[in-house]
Amino acid sequence: MEMHRDDLGAKLGMWIFIFTEILLFGGLFLVYAVMRSHYSDEFHQAAHQLNAFIGTVNTVALLLSSATVAMSITAVQKGEKRKAVLFILITLICAGIFLFNKYFEWGHKFSIGLYPGSDMMVGLKHGYILFFSLYFFMTGLHVFHLIVGSIILTIIMVKIQTGSINAEKYVLLENGGLYWHLVDLIWIFLFPLLYLIT
Amino acid sequence: MAETIAHSYLENTGKYKGILAWLTTTDHKRIGLMYMYAMMIFFIVGVLLGELMRLELFRPGQQFYNAQTYNGIFTIHGIIMIFTVVIPGLAAVFGNFSMPIMIGAHDVAFPRLNLFSWYLFILGAAIALSSQFLGNGPPDTGWTFYAPYSTQTHTNVVAAVFGAFVLGFSSILTGLNFIVTIHRLRAPGMTFFRMPLFPWSLYATAWIQVLATPIVGITLLMVIAERWLRIGFFDPSLGGDPILYQHLFWIYSHPAVYIMILPAMGVITEIIPTFAQRKVFGYKAIALSSLAIALVGYFVWAHHMYTSGMSITARWVFSLLTFLVAVPSAIKVFNWVTTMYKGSISVKPPFLFALGFIFLFMIGGLTGLSLGSLATDIHVHDTAYVVAHFHYIIFGGVGFAFFAALHYWYPKMYGRMYNFRRANIAFGFLFVGFNLLYFPQFVIGIMGMPRRYFDYLPQFTLGQQISGFGGLLLLIGIILMIANLASKRGAKAPDNPWGGSTLEWTIPSPPPVENFHELPVITGEPYNYE
Amino acid sequence: MEHTETHITDYRVYGWVLLALLIFTTITITVTWIDLSALTVMVALIIASIKSFIVLRYFMHLKFESKLFTVFVVMVLSIYVLVIALTFFDYLLR
Repeated sequence: MEMHRDDLGAKLGMWIFIFTEILLFGGLFLVYAVMRSHYSDEFHQAAHQLNAFIGTVNTVALLLSSATVAMSITAVQKGEKRKAVLFILITLICAGIFLFNKYFEWGHKFSIGLYPGSDMMVGLKHGYILFFSLYFFMTGLHVFHLIVGSIILTIIMVKIQTGSINAEKYVLLENGGLYWHLVDLIWIFLFPLLYLIT
Repeated sequence: MAETIAHSYLENTGKYKGILAWLTTTDHKRIGLMYMYAMMIFFIVGVLLGELMRLELFRPGQQFYNAQTYNGIFTIHGIIMIFTVVIPGLAAVFGNFSMPIMIGAHDVAFPRLNLFSWYLFILGAAIALSSQFLGNGPPDTGWTFYAPYSTQTHTNVVAAVFGAFVLGFSSILTGLNFIVTIHRLRAPGMTFFRMPLFPWSLYATAWIQVLATPIVGITLLMVIAERWLRIGFFDPSLGGDPILYQHLFWIYSHPAVYIMILPAMGVITEIIPTFAQRKVFGYKAIALSSLAIALVGYFVWAHHMYTSGMSITARWVFSLLTFLVAVPSAIKVFNWVTTMYKGSISVKPPFLFALGFIFLFMIGGLTGLSLGSLATDIHVHDTAYVVAHFHYIIFGGVGFAFFAALHYWYPKMYGRMYNFRRANIAFGFLFVGFNLLYFPQFVIGIMGMPRRYFDYLPQFTLGQQISGFGGLLLLIGIILMIANLASKRGAKAPDNPWGGSTLEWTIPSPPPVENFHELPVITGEPYNYE
Repeated sequence: MEHTETHITDYRVYGWVLLALLIFTTITITVTWIDLSALTVMVALIIASIKSFIVLRYFMHLKFESKLFTVFVVMVLSIYVLVIALTFFDYLLR
């Protein structure tokens, strides 16, 4: 049987997958909400320990990367292959900047002994423990999604280059883009909740 | 294409032969059967574990094994039965086998993803079962993995929890596949309100699978992180809250009850009109009540937590919401009964099992109301009454509906009939055995027999022994039923042995590979018997 | 079952959207310098919601896709918000 193509069906499937991802993080946001309501002051103080500047740089990087992924779809639709590849390359560079910053951010905390289960962490005030646990869990899960998204986009970039994604057939790019925007969406909430509310 | 259409899906035509042809298949019917075979094995293991518990409880005091073993047995009984049998249950087996045919499609929307779900299911089950043999012994937390005990016990909780996580992933992907299938692949002319009611119930189920499962997924990851890294979310000594675990767990696990029961209701809604030869009464009410159950079912989770120490307000709010679920459930029961009214009923095995379902589901549902109501729940919380209630829903409801579906679609699956008399005898054993097994648990529960206890006071002996005897009858019933269905001596099945009106009865038994040579065009509502 | 007509968004639209998102980011950072006490979380969440609305509508193409997708997104988010609200019947009133 020849496979019939159903782009709308494929996108519907991707959206449903995105809902599951939103609810996956949703469980963590629920924990955050409950803990924050209980340890309001300590959460405020603990947030001072995070570097809002690095957070801001990462936010800008992710917003820019989201825009370029969206633009790459336009480029593919118009048949501008080189532009499309370039846009995705910019996205991947932004992802690299994000990972680079995250590495040093986490690395610094590890170097001063601040990580889940460490003696220092367990000795902190309850609100602090929970704040940093949530910080590591949420940003960790987010970074995991970012890495997966980067791999997907790399594959897509190759496929655009080889022409298997083209102006006629680009639903894979659209779905990869949707996934990338999800990574951005999660960060839009993580950034103020973890870094800014001090 | 016309060439392949002549072959039944049971014949191997691809490049692989034998078992490899099955393990690489993307045919929804084969995947449905593969789920069924795997689940049958898990089911039998779960049943045997259950019988082991009944054996131990036959007399007060220690009989055959010690309390810690008992804790391990009821935990793995729960994990196997809940996560690998009843949650995938009807949706994975008959949803895969029948639903695409019933909506007039060649296959599901993502056939390869469908096969992948099956592999995840097997992988998850294998990981969960490995918890029995690896690490520091079988988990002893109960299938609910309540914190803080689950984060502290030295038994092998992580494997069981991670297995459940993988099984959840499988469930999500099946749900995703079904939603897209139902949206995109209905036959020309089949509007949503011309769709049979089993696909309707699967649609509602699929949404719950997609929207509730991720919550338990992240919760189970939190339990693992709690054990390995001491993140402290559920640990009071680090500022966490164990009740938060119960919230997160039941936000999924209560809707999961509807993942189990909605397809069961859908199957019954197919069987009743077929064997009464009557148009189903209140088609739209049944269709929409599935969605209503799915929606309201999302907001009632904390009725599992009345005694946990949550706020008084939350208790009555959730009690109130719980009663709302009774409304759409009752709509269905009324409509089934009304469909039978003045019908020309033929009491064949599928119908018998469906009647059994209605009877047992009513008992389970009504006792559910006394548990949903705050005051009475406080009295019987964590007693054998609860055990009896949820077995009436899960085994009496989902289990009997599964057997009903099996007897209903068996001729379509294998192209053979089975022996009706033996099926009826098996039903007799199952029905009597089931009631003898679980009804006494209501009584001793009210008397004060706690659930999950290894030992009991002498006044519960009679009840436990009746239960033990019922368990034996039930086991005989299961063996008789499987032996009857596994026998290969049945006559060749006609295309439409029951006079059913949905699309699966318009194609040969067993169905050809792509189901339909030409997609049917639907011009009216289903169940037109008049 | 037909393909929905493809909508090609101009590069400039995405440029403007990006600019809007950056402006909201600046706002959300700036307001942290002002002490709004109890309202801080609320303001941050409102701005984040506006930003996600923009991302959903333009970057994720909800504006141009079948209305069905929008209905689903609204449904999912409503269910999630209700679940949080119900959970707080416990935590705020304990």
